[in-house]
Amino acid sequence: MQNETPLIFELSREGRRGYDAPDSSVQAVGPGLSPELRRKSPPRLPEVSENTVVRHYTNLSVRNHHIDRDFYPLGSCTMKYNPRVNEQIASLPGFASLHPLQPAITAQGALEVMFRLGEALKEVTGLDAVTLQPAAGAQGELTALLMFRAYLTGQGGPRRKIIIPDSAHGTNPASIRVAGYEVVELPSGGDGLLDVEALKRILDEEVAALMLTNPNTLGLFETRIEEIISLVHGIGGLVYMDGANLNAMLGICRPGEMGFDACHINLHKTFSTPHGGGGPGSGPVLVKKHLEPFLPSPVVCRHGERFELDWDRPDSIGHVHTFFGNFGVHVRALAYILSMGQEGMREISETAIVNANYLRAKLSTEFELPFGSPCMHEVVLSGDRQKARGVRTADMAKRLLDYGMHPPTVYFPLIVHEALMIEPTESESKETLDEFIEVMRQINKDSLENPDLLKTAPHTTPVRRLDEAAAARMLDIRYYKD
Amino acid sequence: MRYIPNTPDDRQAMLRDIGVSSFEDLLKPIPKSLRLSRPLNIPKGKSEQEVVATMTSLARKNLDAASFLSFLGAGSYDHYVPAAVGDLAGRSEFLTAYTPYQPEVSQGTLQVIYEFQSMICELFRMNAANASLYDGGTALAEAVMLAQSHTRRSRVLWFDSVHPHYRKVTRTLGDPLGIRFDTMPLTDGRVKDAALDSTLDVETAAVVFQYPNFFGLIEHLEPLIERVHAAGALAIVVADPLAMGVLEPPGNWDADIVVGEGQALGNPQSYGGPYLGLFAVSEKLVRRAPGRIAGITRDVDGRRGYVLTLQTREQHIRRDKATSNICTNEGLCATRATIFLSLVGPQGLREIGETCMKNCNYLRNKLSEIPGVQLLFDGLHFKEFVFRLKGDVPAFLEFMAKRDILPGIPLKRFNMGLDDALLVALTERRTADEMDRYADAVRAFLKGSPS
Repeated sequence: MQNETPLIFELSREGRRGYDAPDSSVQAVGPGLSPELRRKSPPRLPEVSENTVVRHYTNLSVRNHHIDRDFYPLGSCTMKYNPRVNEQIASLPGFASLHPLQPAITAQGALEVMFRLGEALKEVTGLDAVTLQPAAGAQGELTALLMFRAYLTGQGGPRRKIIIPDSAHGTNPASIRVAGYEVVELPSGGDGLLDVEALKRILDEEVAALMLTNPNTLGLFETRIEEIISLVHGIGGLVYMDGANLNAMLGICRPGEMGFDACHINLHKTFSTPHGGGGPGSGPVLVKKHLEPFLPSPVVCRHGERFELDWDRPDSIGHVHTFFGNFGVHVRALAYILSMGQEGMREISETAIVNANYLRAKLSTEFELPFGSPCMHEVVLSGDRQKARGVRTADMAKRLLDYGMHPPTVYFPLIVHEALMIEPTESESKETLDEFIEVMRQINKDSLENPDLLKTAPHTTPVRRLDEAAAARMLDIRYYKD
Repeated sequence: MRYIPNTPDDRQAMLRDIGVSSFEDLLKPIPKSLRLSRPLNIPKGKSEQEVVATMTSLARKNLDAASFLSFLGAGSYDHYVPAAVGDLAGRSEFLTAYTPYQPEVSQGTLQVIYEFQSMICELFRMNAANASLYDGGTALAEAVMLAQSHTRRSRVLWFDSVHPHYRKVTRTLGDPLGIRFDTMPLTDGRVKDAALDSTLDVETAAVVFQYPNFFGLIEHLEPLIERVHAAGALAIVVADPLAMGVLEPPGNWDADIVVGEGQALGNPQSYGGPYLGLFAVSEKLVRRAPGRIAGITRDVDGRRGYVLTLQTREQHIRRDKATSNICTNEGLCATRATIFLSLVGPQGLREIGETCMKNCNYLRNKLSEIPGVQLLFDGLHFKEFVFRLKGDVPAFLEFMAKRDILPGIPLKRFNMGLDDALLVALTERRTADEMDRYADAVRAFLKGSPS
């Protein structure tokens, strides 16, 4: 077959090697492994030379779309430029080769990085205390809910239910379940915002919390946020902000002032650390004072000039990470914050908001705009008009690939038909946005004049449309089958 | 603003096209009372040169592996990382890509995940592996949650020979789900059959073993796993992937779930993260495994291609029925592990493992000859061992630090009744000279020579 890249296993030839172990400097001492413990047949790892490895993974790498190549407006994922200098900084031996359990006195710089990052995040969110332990946004959600649970238990009982809007990220309901709660889904109002009257109807003493994304997943700011929060506080519940969209608020407004009790931050999004093909991320959680005792242990603290890890926290929910979270990501995020600084923080959000509204204004002629008000840093369009012509959003997304652009997030949020969720971010120039607008207009034109071109797209990618249903039906997830 | 391209003129033109007279108009949905009326209290932005200087001075406040001779382990290890690993994984095509939501332009990432899964299955001899989880501790937590939902039982048994931090993470996540954890006693650092038999019951969802265990001991788990199965529970093994070139893999002993920490496979120690949670299961549990899984399929022209598969299991579809909230993986760390394992191959992995084992037993043997040193737990160790010595542990640490040696991790911090003992780790990077230096320093300390 043309264009098929071999698997590294298919390049393997017995006896080839890509690594020479150093000669062991010592002789074996004492009895060796007993036969029952010694491996009988070696793992079938590839046997290849170093140059084969280099060529193979270089060849694979170029079969990826990535932010350094072209536009990547994946909504809610915040694909923005990843400064190169941050990679260089994170690989300094003073950061990369530290052992997590070496004495704190020998890791003062690392603890200071974590402390300083935590202080900056507190200032950005207007909240009082922080843990950097969660390794991803979803883990941050769960961490906060476990803290809610611990707090409410102290107030008389953990309660039973947690409310989310129907536009919530899929991880929200999953985190609620894993934290041992029931999910109560609240339909959004016709304006795309939380339906406050509906909220009032379902609030009762069994509600532990409301989880909300603000700006929400439709890219809209929850205008009545203060009222919403005071309603939930009124029944003794807590309010959590999913910070996935924090890119819209830096220096403009703060969750703490809105009344949120806690929020997580996706460092990899807002603070621009590379997404690595799906991770590592980092999901620090910020909380108000009343939740501070429940933070995961240990917590970084400062005593005069000295930084310490406080492991002795009797009310802590425990550990959520084996060590202290994704420290390498913390280093990059702090470097980014130092670069951007006070004025840069606001500049990020302002530019992201202008860019999204620019796309919104320019594309609303050809595409359905489900909601009226200005958006924040991302805009959700509907492909309903094109669908009426027999072209689905998935087809338009695949066609974008032919232009070398990554499609927006599609079919999310679930409440918008044929959704296209576009997040340009502040990294993109007006020229890039204009080019994208042109391409989208051409795609719309083709949906009228040449729909087959879209339905059979993509045409220029290394592989064409893949059969995802077959993959799940005939499961092939490893090379050696026996 | 070096990372933001648009100029004030660009912005003006865009605002005009949007149809507003100023940026403030776009903030209308945000109530005025909520808008921040002062600048953030964050220092002004710095040039690249200044940022490098600031961060470098922070890095210099740390004593890294090059400034100390490190014998620290307990879940983070100083293994050699071949140059090609960082170089290839650092390519921007891997580094700055995201989750492969559009498979046609993500074949690189997806094929790497498929190769990674294949290699992890080979190491542990399991039927399926996922695309990785956050780290070893969270992988164990997910394994325990899977065991609970699969067996519909709620008791989990484990031992002090399972990493104490892994257990803490697992408890944090397991307690709210009603899982009860019982810590069983060990005999000379090991699990004994009889102890298991007396406590396994119909409520037991899983028993957790570590292999080699937290104290570095290599235990024969096969008869233990048989007992666990006889009681209708699942056997979860926390295994060191780097040991799998030498040790019989837990899959050959019918382990149901094998988890582990993949840092040792080509990832820097990085003060504890990002690390690489490994997660592999037997055939019957594939559809319950958390996290992402890549699978092979065909495109419309019949070409082989890769996609994320079995996505219906989790938050994508089931939302309020989900049994895991994992929606990410440690993609870049998994990429590093895949490249590492491709380079070292089966021979390299075996040689590294043999050297770790030889080094470990060499130093252990050396220390055994020193009066005043007491080795704990007889038996073959892989790359870690425990000893206690006559004298005060803090004084010993200080004495060794003055000789630029981090001699081990005091077990006092883990509250397991071994307050005066040290956990010592040896990788293939330690040389005979370094180990001799260690032993000489111990001798000097015990003789009470001046520091």
